[in-house]
Amino acid sequence: MPSRDEIFEKVKGALVEALGVDEDEVSPTATMVGDLGAESIDFLDIVFRLEKAFGIKIQRGELFPEDVLSSTEFVTNGKVNEAGLNELKTRMPFIDLTKFEANPSVQNFPNTLTVEDMVRYVATKLAA
Amino acid sequence: MRWFWIDRFNEFVRGKSATAVKNVSLAEEHLHDHFPGAALMPNSLIVEGMAQTAGLLVAEAIDYNRRVVLAKVAAAEFHFDAVPGDTIVFKAEVLDLKPTGSLTKVRSTVGDRLQGEAELFFAHLEPGEGVPKLFEPDELLRWLDQMHIYDVGRDETGQPLVRPDW
Repeated sequence: MPSRDEIFEKVKGALVEALGVDEDEVSPTATMVGDLGAESIDFLDIVFRLEKAFGIKIQRGELFPEDVLSSTEFVTNGKVNEAGLNELKTRMPFIDLTKFEANPSVQNFPNTLTVEDMVRYVATKLAA
Repeated sequence: MRWFWIDRFNEFVRGKSATAVKNVSLAEEHLHDHFPGAALMPNSLIVEGMAQTAGLLVAEAIDYNRRVVLAKVAAAEFHFDAVPGDTIVFKAEVLDLKPTGSLTKVRSTVGDRLQGEAELFFAHLEPGEGVPKLFEPDELLRWLDQMHIYDVGRDETGQPLVRPDW
């Protein structure tokens, strides 16, 4: 099992290649969408690169839960409801939702996922 | 009307690699203004030729059952301009192929000189994912025939590709 720093370096490499950003922009606290400019198609590319770099299998929706964010069951008046937040916590235990919970508007979600979340996600997959 | 930026395939190995050619001719109208007296093929259209070579390669590998859309062009580099009279050879390789997308590498050469190279990432979309139907089956088959895919194409075992019965 690689260390956290080793995982971070490989994740950084994947993000630099997929997003065309500079290495120093990929800090642990940088958000994938807001700071690094990732678009939905980039997540598909990032999934390819992470799978290859770490030899893991990433299922659709694991990194970007589009189905939760567009579900009438989990979203009420443009905000993720309690059931939705519980679903996100179950599905994405690697992500820190503290800030998002303060204003769980669907449009805020893309700015929630950080580089460190990605590192935690990969660590979870490697440990499984 | 469709834009065809490859003239034919010379090699086509299912899910693995393909070679296509594009003859650049001063008869192509877009070259008359690009540029007057000094015609050269825009590299953006060379990327389109790369995408058609690699896109058909991955679309065939998934039996044309999803809509293959060029999603990203990465690490594109061009070393010199292609001009009328040149034959551009596109060599595409599949680096990774999944139901949802594929990563390919394509090189363009003129003679023995490397003209350009790029990594092309394709999304494979299903109906309802925001992309209209790209081809009618008979129209696609006409294009594949025109590209000589079933003349030169081979499957993974080296057997000739079977022309679909659409």
